[in-house]
Amino acid sequence: MSQHAANGLASRAKVLTVDNMNPNVKRVEYAVRGAIVQRALQIEKELKEGVKKPFNEVIKANIGDAHAMGQKPITFLRQVLALCAYPELLQDDKFPEDAKQRAQRILEACGGHSIGAYSSSQGIECIRQDVARYIEKRDGGIPSNPDNIYLATGASDAIVTMLKMLVCGEGRDRTGVMISIPQYPLYSAALADLAAVQINYYLDEDKCWSLDTAELRRAVNAARQHCNPRVLCIINPGNPTGQVQSRECIEDVIRFAKEERLFLMADEVYQDNVYAEDCKFHSFKRVLFEMGPEYSTTVEMASFHSTSKCYMGECGFRGGYMEVINMDPEVKAQLTKMVSVRLCPPVPGQALLDLVVNPPQPDEPSYHQFMKERTAVLATLAEKAGLTEQIFNAVPGITCNPVQGAMYTFPRIALPQRAIDKATEEGLAPDMFYCMRLLEEEGICLVPGSGFGQREGTFHFRMTILPPTEKLKIVLQKIQDFHVRFAQEFS
Amino acid sequence: MFAIHETSPNVRNMKQLQYAVLAKRASRIKEEIRQRVRKPFKDLIEVYWGDPHRGGVKPLTFVQQVLAACVYPQLVDSDELPVDVRQRAELLLKGCAGGSVGSYTATQGVPQIVHRISEFITRRDGGAPCDPENIYISPGSQWGLMNVLNVLVDAEASPRAGVLTPRPCYLTSNQSMVALGAVAVPYDLCEERGWELRVEELRRALESAEGVCRPVALYVINPGNPAGHVQSRKSMREVIRFVSENRLFLLADEVYQDCVYGEHSEFVSYKRVLTEMGPPLSDTVELASFHSASKGFMGECGLRGGYVELVNLDPAVMKYIYTLFSADSCAPVLGQFALDLLAKPPQPGDPSYPLYKEETQRIRSTLVRNVKRVFEVVNSLPGLCCQPVEGGAFAFPRLHLPPKAIRRAEEMGMQPDMFYCTRLLEEAGVLVCPGCEFEPKEGTYHFRCCIMVPEDVMEELLRRLTSFHTQFMTDFS
Repeated sequence: MSQHAANGLASRAKVLTVDNMNPNVKRVEYAVRGAIVQRALQIEKELKEGVKKPFNEVIKANIGDAHAMGQKPITFLRQVLALCAYPELLQDDKFPEDAKQRAQRILEACGGHSIGAYSSSQGIECIRQDVARYIEKRDGGIPSNPDNIYLATGASDAIVTMLKMLVCGEGRDRTGVMISIPQYPLYSAALADLAAVQINYYLDEDKCWSLDTAELRRAVNAARQHCNPRVLCIINPGNPTGQVQSRECIEDVIRFAKEERLFLMADEVYQDNVYAEDCKFHSFKRVLFEMGPEYSTTVEMASFHSTSKCYMGECGFRGGYMEVINMDPEVKAQLTKMVSVRLCPPVPGQALLDLVVNPPQPDEPSYHQFMKERTAVLATLAEKAGLTEQIFNAVPGITCNPVQGAMYTFPRIALPQRAIDKATEEGLAPDMFYCMRLLEEEGICLVPGSGFGQREGTFHFRMTILPPTEKLKIVLQKIQDFHVRFAQEFS
Repeated sequence: MFAIHETSPNVRNMKQLQYAVLAKRASRIKEEIRQRVRKPFKDLIEVYWGDPHRGGVKPLTFVQQVLAACVYPQLVDSDELPVDVRQRAELLLKGCAGGSVGSYTATQGVPQIVHRISEFITRRDGGAPCDPENIYISPGSQWGLMNVLNVLVDAEASPRAGVLTPRPCYLTSNQSMVALGAVAVPYDLCEERGWELRVEELRRALESAEGVCRPVALYVINPGNPAGHVQSRKSMREVIRFVSENRLFLLADEVYQDCVYGEHSEFVSYKRVLTEMGPPLSDTVELASFHSASKGFMGECGLRGGYVELVNLDPAVMKYIYTLFSADSCAPVLGQFALDLLAKPPQPGDPSYPLYKEETQRIRSTLVRNVKRVFEVVNSLPGLCCQPVEGGAFAFPRLHLPPKAIRRAEEMGMQPDMFYCTRLLEEAGVLVCPGCEFEPKEGTYHFRCCIMVPEDVMEELLRRLTSFHTQFMTDFS
């Protein structure tokens, strides 16, 4: 190549640029791992390099990661998974018999008796059967068909797969997807990526973040002017809000979905994380079927569960599933095509899921320790949920709804006008400005409410209740002190 | 109720894989064998997928031991496992938040693992520098490919984005392109010359796209799948010049880089060739190179560990790529660990090294032998022929089917090679992948068969194939 041509080549524009890349990707945001977390990682690096700060560690209360905050894995689960990873250990008498039996059963279902073999794209058949049995038991005997169960790389994978399949149409016919405000930003990210129309329905902060069908109706009617509403997403127990929907509310949502011809997506990954004494988890499927055939044969639904939350907290395994109800067989065939592109979900995650739906029974050797560990995890979370609500509500300028379930608190913060103005000056959402300051001054990483959606003019942050109790108390105290200082500074 | 016309047209355009049909039959046959129904064979030989463990290849002991110790750290303190296993497990757990494989990791992967991968790449590529910031670990390499394609392909653009893909091509990548609304623009690999990639054919393909779509990328699989060719450096340089001249993004699927058998074949990475070509090409050609823990000696398909290295991308675009991957949270931790072991296996002097060396050498000599045997046997059968398998996980024999067989297939509404494969499954208990799955050239018929199986299984496979094929050709003569 001539020097002239070479020079031209060197100074030319990139092939893939911000201008010619997929414009939808540019609209994707995911606050849980967004700008504030990147700053937190930077600060951690600086601490490691010996830079002096008013704190000696960053507390990452931004992400629902229990083990990262010191929660211990459940012994039984890890024993079986170790046996699956290295089957030679089946000869080792330090592992209990019930763990060995489960490992053997799982390995028998794997190609070449190895968790390193691909499984079928929908997931290992006997595990799907176990999941179906678990759902039947949970839902008082309502039948569950293993063919309607799709194992996935975490619930998020299944949620995105469903949305990819359901979103279509152009202009005014573009699929509209209803999602709560506030919401877990995976939904808004997926909808932006797919150029679906996001239809916001507001949860009522004054009524413990409950859902009101009048609000659903308002949202869908307004949306019909510019899109084709076809999907309704609901997170129960809620993220970030932690509310646990009442049975009546779930029935109302199902009735609404039927009237408006909406496909229901019920994100139930926190189903074991219920703390409030007057609250109970009701699965959407159970309620649907108990409403009788008028509903149970017509309303289409997908419900999602995961191994990342509840008492297991095994986020790193990326295990989860969805169950689809009343799906047209031709539509289901599309789903089957989509999951084949992922090849298969991680087999260790599938194995883990199998143990979650098939835990030690009262007559088995591991039962007592398993129950002890499980109970301790859930009891500690309940304690921390109560503690958090109590402490935050004692701070002037912070109001906190009860943490009925899930793993987070989403308190409302009152911000002085001067702080809001300063934030605007710096090009930041006011609650991002607040959280950044908190990070820099106290080394506590939270996610601003703007990352989840909130009513105009209100500000929040999401904090996990996962740090160990003693550390959590310190964190709560620091936030309290910070808030007072902040309010003073900008008064 | 949601009806078919209300689903995404891109998803509807995806092919229905033949696998579902064959898998159902295979399941039924396995059940019949269990019920002791009389069959001319005692078990199924499943060589449809590139899945070594399913085929009977033993997992590497070091990998299994390290993963077990990471999952159940009590093993780290016991004497049962070799010292280097325990040390590696300890090191890996230190990189996990809370010391647990159950925690999420950083979006790109555990930082120390990403670093070791970048060092591996530099070593592999004769010292070419590799920035860890350019590496993203994902649940398998195809997931990473789909994310990169998502950035490249504007589904609403007119004309639609096109991607040049080999013909025949690995099914999953083609499906991903369709799912994203891209147009696959096939370039034919030259079967008569060992499935060689010829740049004239790339030019022809590019020209054929005029008025049809706007090509944005060239997808290359090296070593190939299903066709087992390994590109020469010369060919790779031509490809690099071609993408540069035509302003295409280069997608290099290199997951079979450890599977090279041909005596005169050598794997060299696109990154290395690009670096050796020097500026301006080495500074300007935009490249995504994919690797995985699913293939090679490790064969850990089920763990879902793969990575992409992004070279020369616009920093502004990289920011969006980061956000896109972050919405996926992170790759499964055990899959990330498998990549770490791939990047830094046991070294001479380590206690696990002798066994590791023995196991990998045994796998390698098995594959070299299998590839030779397939070539010999298949080419000795009339109506069947096979190009030499230089690399990859598969043989891709060509079927010269008698017209009577083709007619019968058409009567049954099947592709001729699917008809052959269905018969092969029912009558000989061998499950292979029909060539129609790979969007082949019109009027050509093939089947793809994984060669990553123990030697005795390969011999049995070839015995059954020989007997079945001879009968088939007689029946349809």
